[in-house]
Amino acid sequence: MRNAFADEITKLGAADPRVVLLSGDIGNKLFDKFKEQAPGRFFNCGVAEANMMGVAAGMALSGLRPVVYTITPFTTTRCFEQIRVDVCYHKAPVIIVGTGSGLSYADLGPTHHSCEDLAILRTLPEMTVLAPADSLELRAGLRAALHHDGPVYMRIGKKGEPQIHASEPDLRFGKALTIQQGSDVCLVATGVMVATAVQAAKLLAAQRISARVESFPSVKPLDTARLAELFGRYGLVAVIEEHGRIGGLAGAIAEWLATQDAARGRLLSFGTADEFMHEVGTTEYARRKFGLTPENIAREVAGRHAHRR
Amino acid sequence: MSPPDIARLESIARDIRVRIIETSHKTNTPHLGSCLSCVDILVAAYFHCLRLDPARPRDADRDRFILSKGHGAAALFQVLGVRGFYPVAMLDDYGKDGSLFAEHPPAPAYLPGIEAATGSLGHGLPIGLGMALAGRIHRRKYNVIALLSDGECNEGSVWEAAMMAASQKTERLAVFIDFNKWQATGRSEQVLALSPLVDKWRAFGWNACEVDGHDMAALVRLMQGVPDGSGKPVAIVAHTVKGKGVSFMEDDNNWHYRIPTADEVVKAKKELGVPA
Repeated sequence: MRNAFADEITKLGAADPRVVLLSGDIGNKLFDKFKEQAPGRFFNCGVAEANMMGVAAGMALSGLRPVVYTITPFTTTRCFEQIRVDVCYHKAPVIIVGTGSGLSYADLGPTHHSCEDLAILRTLPEMTVLAPADSLELRAGLRAALHHDGPVYMRIGKKGEPQIHASEPDLRFGKALTIQQGSDVCLVATGVMVATAVQAAKLLAAQRISARVESFPSVKPLDTARLAELFGRYGLVAVIEEHGRIGGLAGAIAEWLATQDAARGRLLSFGTADEFMHEVGTTEYARRKFGLTPENIAREVAGRHAHRR
Repeated sequence: MSPPDIARLESIARDIRVRIIETSHKTNTPHLGSCLSCVDILVAAYFHCLRLDPARPRDADRDRFILSKGHGAAALFQVLGVRGFYPVAMLDDYGKDGSLFAEHPPAPAYLPGIEAATGSLGHGLPIGLGMALAGRIHRRKYNVIALLSDGECNEGSVWEAAMMAASQKTERLAVFIDFNKWQATGRSEQVLALSPLVDKWRAFGWNACEVDGHDMAALVRLMQGVPDGSGKPVAIVAHTVKGKGVSFMEDDNNWHYRIPTADEVVKAKKELGVPA
């Protein structure tokens, strides 16, 4: 995804003189083309994220469209107050990109994991929160963010994520994308977990359980119309995210669901546990540890589905 | 600048001080000491040095002034009103429910003349640096001035911005430090060792100097000297007195939060040479 980001931001930077790219001493060579095509509009802000976010806000207040890029914890939790005050309070059109989100950097340890970002950023007024499922959602989301008159946070993966869409989807803030239809249960996923949901749906199909899969690239605003449809139609809606089970997409859906009279569906959430991962491991290891595998999801969904029937 | 021009600015500064003290009394607004220490810097900026037009507060070429020490808002609000960004009568609503005049500056979209909503310290300089870099990208020749407090220099983000401004050679960015030697609960030197403050800015790659922060002619001269031709950002450490202008408030940190009584307002006005 980060290569798709570099490619798309280079195109956008060439076409729109307002685009400025700020990096926190990361992406060596990744942005060489951007630097070449938009000289004077790339800034390596060093390892100083609080300042980087304030600089971006100052640029946005001066008519530019800054895009801030670094590893997720450092562009979110490290400078949360700058995001809250400088960006959101000023409604400054800053695009904040967190790369290697969730468990992408599992092997680097919890300092580099980000399983809180969706939860904390969606609490901020004016903020839009996006988690693209693949490079096509990322490109569409980035363009939509550039046309939006307010702050946008986008968490992206690392590299080598499977493609979900055959062609670029019509991505809009507050709109879910149907990946595949199904009649028995529904799997709602965001970000890199959409691919896992598709695989889980295949395993369920082998057990004669027909699963619909929905991608929710827009965590805030939430597509509540689609949710109303899903929770009205399906007895079980599983929400899958590479994020803590506190306050992310499942949390957002639960907040909405608790206010609904008509919903018949039950919510089942898959995410990371309320703990730090103290041992070393690959992303695949970490996903297994937290039950974020197609096999585990299919097993639990099938079990709940059988129980509810 | 001619002596009569300096005298005019000094007279405006006296008027602003009186307005701040009266408003503090009427509306129970604290931070009086912090406001009085930076009045001369604000007056030098808004009534002489900044190239701006209150009728066109969002003009793209205007000089930007950021009150990074947002708790000095009570001073800034008076300065902007008297300078004509909005009717001074609006300030009668200070602190009332629904008013825009809080203890800290609101977001720029809500009040003409405000460049950044400050109040959380350490934010104004990074934002100002972003504005200065935007000026370079847009090929506009405006200056950006950020006014910081000495206590604010506790914040790491100030020094992050200082390093980036030096590496980017943002010569149209200037910092004024209202160095009144106090922060909320004690001497700034004792809370976190600040000195040598001028050397710190120099060591961070800025052209730094000291000035008497109540010497109007010197403030004007330094402010008009930005950019100074060195290619570096400029830091001016302004030695000030907290509560400046009123003998019983000067250098007494109780006035960080204390509100003057009616009698004290009368006494203060007398000292400032304004009829009660």
